[in-house]
Amino acid sequence: MNLTPPQRPSTDELRLLADTGRWNVISTVAASKAGHIGGPLSAMDLLVALYFGQLRIDPAQPRHPERDRFILSKGHNAIALYTVLAQRGYFPESELASFDHGDSRLQGHPDMKLTPGVDASTGSLGQGLSAGAGMALGAKRRGLDAHTWVMLGDGELGEGMVWETVLSAPRFGLDNLTAIVDVNGLQQYGWPAGESDRFDRSEPLGHVDLGAVFTGFGWTVHDIDGHDFTAIFDAFDAAEAARNHAGRPSVILARTAKGRGVSFTEGTYTWHNGVATEEQLRTAKAELLEKGEVR
Amino acid sequence: MTAQRKVWGDTLLELTREDDRVVVLDADLATSTMAVTVAEGNPEAFIQVGIAEQNLVGMAFGLSTMGYRPWLSTFGVFLTHRALDQIRMLVSQTGAPVRIAAAYAGLLNGSSGKTHQDIEDLAIMRAMPGMTVLAPADEHEARAITRWAAEHDGPVYIRYARDAVAPVFDADYVFHPGAVHRLRDGGGDVTLVSTGVQSSRVVEAAELLAARGVDARVVHVPSLKPVDGDALLAAISGVGTVVTVEDHSVINGLGGLVAELIAERGDPDAPRLHRVGLADGWSESAPNAFLLDRYGLSAERVAEQVLEALGHSPSPSATVTVTAPGGTVG
Ligand SMILES: Cc1ncc(C[n+]2csc(CCOP(=O)(O)OP(=O)(O)O)c2C)c(N)n1
Ligand SMILES: [Mg+2]
Repeated sequence: MNLTPPQRPSTDELRLLADTGRWNVISTVAASKAGHIGGPLSAMDLLVALYFGQLRIDPAQPRHPERDRFILSKGHNAIALYTVLAQRGYFPESELASFDHGDSRLQGHPDMKLTPGVDASTGSLGQGLSAGAGMALGAKRRGLDAHTWVMLGDGELGEGMVWETVLSAPRFGLDNLTAIVDVNGLQQYGWPAGESDRFDRSEPLGHVDLGAVFTGFGWTVHDIDGHDFTAIFDAFDAAEAARNHAGRPSVILARTAKGRGVSFTEGTYTWHNGVATEEQLRTAKAELLEKGEVR
Repeated sequence: MTAQRKVWGDTLLELTREDDRVVVLDADLATSTMAVTVAEGNPEAFIQVGIAEQNLVGMAFGLSTMGYRPWLSTFGVFLTHRALDQIRMLVSQTGAPVRIAAAYAGLLNGSSGKTHQDIEDLAIMRAMPGMTVLAPADEHEARAITRWAAEHDGPVYIRYARDAVAPVFDADYVFHPGAVHRLRDGGGDVTLVSTGVQSSRVVEAAELLAARGVDARVVHVPSLKPVDGDALLAAISGVGTVVTVEDHSVINGLGGLVAELIAERGDPDAPRLHRVGLADGWSESAPNAFLLDRYGLSAERVAEQVLEALGHSPSPSATVTVTAPGGTVG
């Protein structure tokens, strides 16, 4: 049976899913006393849009050969992927409590041998896009209709291996490959902030014209607000429409805010990882789940 | 108790203030490795290269040819694996005085799991010609080794642990490359040989063994290369059984080193060797206590394995079988 694209939820439904996901991230990490916050929160809207509105997948058949693939190249954001996989029905949400606990299917970094729905193991930054190029090439050679999506961090683009794939993917005509860069403006530590920076440290790629760079390497570029679901789906639609037509891969430069959605985590490198106090948890919960209106 | 990474950051800041040729290059983990101490205390001596470990090693080599004395700051796993070719050609083959500070060495890295657990580094670095390979036991030795390495004119690889352990040395400890240290005398029954912060847990294991009537000597080997082989063989002689214990694969680390020495010496009275460490498999994400217990490196579990090696009947908890975490899918 062929997999079909999901019926896209309304923007309000997507926001609720994403903010619930954000709460799952911050509360799960607090419970396991270790984990990443900022990247998971910036990526959440994109992940929810992918899993609930884009990927042709079936949680009951996580290894379906025709499925679209997703690789979280910035594997330290695993908890974000786990919460969305749980919300999407790959495993019970209650299992999130086992994150990082030992004897768990939910490792600190995604493990394709343990977690249903994880298509590639990651954690050492820089490797995911290359793995995705291999999947996209394999799909082409096997005549499979699958699209491969890979999410990278803006700091992660410092890794040389990323650029080996950026250079070679167009040569293979991989229009069934889409990279999503979560341009959240911060890495773990980086450089001191300058005048033009959005947050409390320097934008990792602030000195780079990313659109021009990817265009120059032969990719189609979509530069969007990564927290705007309409813009996200427009970019997804364009990337999907390119599949089997464009002859070149697509990249979505998603401008986001690290730590998005919680007042004390948004826009600061100090919440790259961290464990929230009881009081911070109350604040986060109020801001994410108990606000009267949808953001 | 002070964590080795904190000692490293503090000592490095002192070194950069004493000598402006000393610089630290970071691959975006300064807040974990504690190179942040230099970034904040002496920003001129701190160079952020970004999340690019290969570039990190290449630039450190280049700076070393310009009269600088560079240190590297990132998790060890990304140096000995991602940047191995760069270490091999630019550092080892040239003898460049690049100090490779391997942060978060071994199993205990704050629940990050197997992607970040470097349990092969000693095997890899021991095989690297010209590389000095060091694994300090505690905060005092970490400080002494850091200061020694700053003066050494050649490549140095040093393991630094993330979390503090009970010290085994005093603040006036002096490091001599190659030397081995008896941390506990006696040893009528067995000699325990260890390295890095695992030595601290092995001293504790020896106390547990003493309480069970087993007399164990403890020998600490901070310098896997160079090593004073005669001194090491002398330290393990005179007992029937030697047990090596390491926060590393049992293949080609400390256990491998001791096996090589014993085999080459060919002494018919040489002790029988047991290697305790990580079996030939991957570990998982979990809190420290869980990992030490599951993978046999806690004082309690080391003591159990020593008793087994000595032929004592195992206590029920010593028969834990290690299984893959959580089962597998697909
Ligand atoms: C090869 C490698 N080097 C270093 C790290 C350690 N590390 C984990 S996350 C991180 C910062 C990532 O920043 P970015 O890619 O911008 O991710 P995000 O902001 O989305 O969390 C670093 C340096 C790693 N996991 N892998
Ligand atoms: Mg980032």
